[in-house]
Parts: sequence; C-alpha cells; structure tokens
Amino acid sequence: MATRRRIDRLGGVFTLVGGVALAGAPFVVFKPNRIVPGVPLGVLIALHGATAVAVLGAVVLAGVVAVFVANPPLRLVASLGGFVAVALGAAAAGNAFTPAGDLIVRIAPGAGCWIALIALGLLAADALTRLRPGPWTRLLLLAAFFAVALAALAHGTFDHLSVMREYRSNAGRFAFEARRHVELAFGSLAAALAAGLPLGVLCHRVPRLRAAVLGSLNFVQTIPSIALFGILMAPLGALAAAVPLAARVGIAGIGAAPALVALFAYSLLPIVANTVAGLARVSPAAVEAARGMGLTRGEVLARVEWPLALPVILTGVRIVLVQNIGLVTVAALIGAGGLGTFVFQGIGETAIDLVLLGALPTVALAIASSVVLDALIEVAGGAQR
Amino acid sequence: MIVLEGLTKRYGTTAVVDAVSITVERDSITAIVGTSGSGKSTLLRMINRLVEPSAGRVWIDGRDTADEPPHLLRRRIGYVIQGNGLFPHRTVAQNVATVPRLLGWSDARIAARTVELLEALQLDPARYAHQYPHALSGGQQQRVGVARALAAEPKVLLMDEPFGALDPILRAKAQEDLLAVRRRFGTTIVLVTHDIDEAFRLGDRIAVMRHGRILQCDRPAALLTRPADPFVAELAGRGDRALRLLSLTTAGDAAEAVPADGADREPVVRIRADATLREALSDLVWRGATRGVVVDPDGTVRGALRVDAILAHGRSC
Repeated sequence: MATRRRIDRLGGVFTLVGGVALAGAPFVVFKPNRIVPGVPLGVLIALHGATAVAVLGAVVLAGVVAVFVANPPLRLVASLGGFVAVALGAAAAGNAFTPAGDLIVRIAPGAGCWIALIALGLLAADALTRLRPGPWTRLLLLAAFFAVALAALAHGTFDHLSVMREYRSNAGRFAFEARRHVELAFGSLAAALAAGLPLGVLCHRVPRLRAAVLGSLNFVQTIPSIALFGILMAPLGALAAAVPLAARVGIAGIGAAPALVALFAYSLLPIVANTVAGLARVSPAAVEAARGMGLTRGEVLARVEWPLALPVILTGVRIVLVQNIGLVTVAALIGAGGLGTFVFQGIGETAIDLVLLGALPTVALAIASSVVLDALIEVAGGAQR
Repeated sequence: MIVLEGLTKRYGTTAVVDAVSITVERDSITAIVGTSGSGKSTLLRMINRLVEPSAGRVWIDGRDTADEPPHLLRRRIGYVIQGNGLFPHRTVAQNVATVPRLLGWSDARIAARTVELLEALQLDPARYAHQYPHALSGGQQQRVGVARALAAEPKVLLMDEPFGALDPILRAKAQEDLLAVRRRFGTTIVLVTHDIDEAFRLGDRIAVMRHGRILQCDRPAALLTRPADPFVAELAGRGDRALRLLSLTTAGDAAEAVPADGADREPVVRIRADATLREALSDLVWRGATRGVVVDPDGTVRGALRVDAILAHGRSC
C-alpha cells in the first residue's frame, strides 16, 4: 500500500472544516412543526450509543485517511464510508426524535450535517479525480451512486427527515414538477441545438456574420434571468391575445412558453460559440486535403469537421444543460412550473424543508448531467489528442 | 496527358495566373517552380478545380475538366499538400481508404490496395495501418499522405510543396520514394515547389513561373543551357550551373568503352552506374584520379569514365 508519512493539505482542510462543523454546528434541528424555528441539537445529543460510535468512528477514519493516506482507492472508500455514515446518522436521528405515528414534528439535518456531507463528498470527488477512471467507469460509478441513493429513498431510510416529510405531502406534484423541470431544461436545449448548430456552421463559413451573431448572443447573456422572463411576458401575452391560434398551442405571457423562449435565448450563445470554436480548431490542412480528394462540402462537414469539433460542441452542451437546469428553477416565478415551484412556495411559507425539496433534486440533476456529458466529451475526443 | 490552355485566374483586376498554356506528358513529372506569390499554387489548384479558372481550359486525357462535377473530378486526381492534411481522428488505413470508400470499392479491394501502398512507401502495414497519425513521425505522416493520394489509382497526381515541412535528410528520402513510386505506379505528376534543387532532382520538365506567367517550360538541361529569361538563368543558378548540369546525367549513361591498352598505373576508382556525373567527378577529384570504371549494381563493368569526358558534359553547348 502506498502510504506516505506526508500530510495531505487538501485532505487536511476538508477534514478541519468537516470536523469543526460537526463539533460546533447543529447536527439536526428539532422543530415541533414545519414552520416554527427549531431547537438545534449537536451531534452528541442527536446520536446515541452504538449509532454515535459508528458514525463518529467512520467520520474520524475518513479524516485520518484524508490527512495521512495517499492511496486513492482507500481515500475514496473512506470518504464515501464517512458520507454514508453521516447520511444514515441524520436518518437515525430523525427516527429517534420522531414520536411513533407523529406527522407534525420535523427533524431537519443541521448545518453541521450538511457541511460534513459536502466536505466528505468533495473528498470522495477528489479521490475519484486522482484515480483517473475512464469515461465508462465514471458513468458506471454515477449510475451505482444514484441506484443506491434511490433505493435508500424508496426503502424509506430517510422518511423521518423533514425533506422527505415534505415529499410525502407533495408526492403527486413532485413527480409532475420534476418531469416539467426536465422537459423545460432539455426541451430548450434541443431547440437551441436545432437552431444553434446550423447558425454556428454558418458563422464559421461566413466570418462577417460571426462578430454580429456572437455579439448579439453575448448581449442576451448579460440580461438577468428574472428580467428576461419578465420582459417576455408582455410580447408573448400580446401575441396570445392577438392570434387565437397562438393561444391555442399554448403561447401565453406566463407559463411554459416564455420560459422556453428565455432558456432558448440563453442556450444559444454557448452552442453557437462552441460550434464556431470547435470548427475553427479543425486543421485547415485536413479540410483542404479532404476537399482536394473530392469530398463534397457536406461530406467534409460530416466526416472531418464535425467529428473533430464534437468535443468542443459537447462542452457547450454541458454548459447549457447545467445552466438551464438551474435557470428553470427561476422560471417557476412566471408560472412555468418545475422544481422551482417548491423553492418559491417554500420561501413564501418560510418552510425551508420545502425549499430543499426543490433545490436538492435540481443540484443532483445538474451534477449528473455534468458527469454524463464530461464522459461523452472524453469518448468523442478519444481518438484525437 | 494534361493540357492547360490559356488558364487564367483573376481576383478583381489582378491576374494571379495569366494565360498559362503548357502540356504535361503522360507519366512524366513536371515541376512548377517559382517564388511565393508567383501563382504556382493557384495554377495547380485550377487543375483539380479547387480554384475555378476565370478563363481557359484544362484537358486531362482529352476530357475537358469543366464537363464534370468538381468533386467527381477530384476523386480521379491524387492531391498531396504541405503538412499532409491527414485526418487526426482516422487511422492510417482509414485515411488511405478515404477516396476508395467514396468510390464504393469493396472492403477486400481497399484492404489489398492499402497494404500494397503502405509497403511501396516502406510503412509496415501490420505495424502502422491501425495507428493514428499523431503516433507517426513527420516523414511517416508525409508518406501516408502520398499513399492516401494514390489510393484510388489516379492517373494524375498533384503535389503542392509536398516535402516543404520535412528536414533536408527526410526530404531527400521522400524525393527518392516519389521517384520509386512513380516508376512502380506510372503516374503523371505535377509538383509545385519553391526549391529549385527539388525541381531539378524530380522534374522531367521544369516550368518557371513569375508574376502569374510561365517564363519557360523545358527540360532541366535546357533551362541551364538556353534560359529564356534572365530570371530563369538567375533561378537556375549562375554559380554552379555546370555542376547542376552534370547532376542531370548518370555515370552509366556517360560511360565509354574501356580503352584497349588498359594498362594503367592509376588506382582504379569504381563508380556506381546510377551515380550522377557530379557525384562521379567529386569522387575522382577526391581520390586524385583522372579516370574510373563504371559498374552496375551486380558488379559487372559497364565502361570507363574520364574526367575530361565528364567535364565535356558540363559545357553549355
């Protein structure tokens, strides 16, 4: 085993942050009902007996390994072990502090629990980076992680924690809004690809067009999202009022239509700019040779330029997808639906658990999309280098 | 045979190529030489219509190239450029197979042709066929570029500064390979270069180009002995034109019958029949001899070669 006597500084920082948070910040917050301020409980009060020993043992082990052990697989196992232990510890506290059959009491994970989870998650991500797994291995790991997490949720492991309580009372709407969220994020991406890829090719072929198009798209990107959602309400509302057909196909000042239009506008810049950059990166000699050998314009694009530009274009797709998954949350403000509905409803009701019900799946979706696209980018660029 | 007739390319009012008419004989190498900006690349690119002529015609084996869609024309013409332009995301074999695939050859025929070409260019197919270009040296990449251009058995091969990116040693090797490939596959080659030595080394005929016009298109020796223009004389080199002339004849061609008396106190210098007279002279001077024997690769004596006979070959008339 490649054990070194040297101290790992990054591991040290994460361990310090996680340790201080666990020791000083509340592990869970006990609330008699969902909106009153709760009573913070430290980790030693929240956890008892064998559970406390097991959770703290796993966390201390993860910390020690993070600081003193260089071996990446060991670091990965230790940090993941700590992560699971803290999550299960929170679940155990939820079970312990909820009276049997009670549906009003809320046990929410506290700042200490969240910070420890983040620190351990980052340690695991760092260990993974050091392992340099191939793209397919990364996808497999992501699938395994989500399978385990979903199995635990389905099994009811976390049912007594506040977020899951909110889920229980919103289960029907959650499925609907989650689907709407994905539809808006991926639908606007699909529209941006349909328009942006040809536009990018055109900008590559016609240099004079490039500055104008990229400049306008850059300008769109500088408009704050809430402002853009608001700006679009008036013209689309007017359109719906003036053209009955438009209203019948779902165009309206509020709802999904302006959200899709705004997300589409934000998506265009990364798609077009990366298409242009990707095509510009293709060696002019390869294109010249291809044309000289008798490939038509279309064949040159499909067989030479496109495959060579694809990794850069996919990088644009990743930017768009992660950006859109976040922006859809804001679109809930204009009635577009999506997981942002829970966030804003939660803010309105000062029910932070409901906010989390909207925010946590959004974050998970964004991370998963990013990992999947990173893997695709590597696969697409595999042969070149 | 390629016939260019009044070939002209104008950008605005400037004629980059101005009424060029030359004939390239079947299975010969014509080197177009000139300074940068002389229009030589544009002239070459009008033959496969990468540049459309403003005026004039190109006939290849009696067919007007304007009668055919350009991409179909180009599939019949090999094309090699400086920096090779290999596809970085395709293996060597896939690169070579590009045009045969466009032409719909069978897999078996493509595979056989790929092996034949890689072997002809001294690239072991077993070792290199499935490599990506970035794993190859510059010289190897250049050879793959030539193999790719010859893949679909074109009768005509156009080369635009094909060896410009290679260092002098690799370039000499690549030039030898090209001559060997030409002997083996019998291809009409038009080659653009700014390197007059390369033109003399490869060209059966040399076309000197300046300001979009052909100043002279002739055999290499004629360029030296009867330059049509001061610029041609300058380009061909005043200082060493005699030596350059000697380099155009091989010892085997200049050998004379061994004199009957034979007896000689001088050391016998053996000269390879495929050596140029320039090399033979250098060898004789180096060894302090006035004559040598010309031998074939198998060791048989082809004849004798005297220094004064060599010198006679370097005279302008």
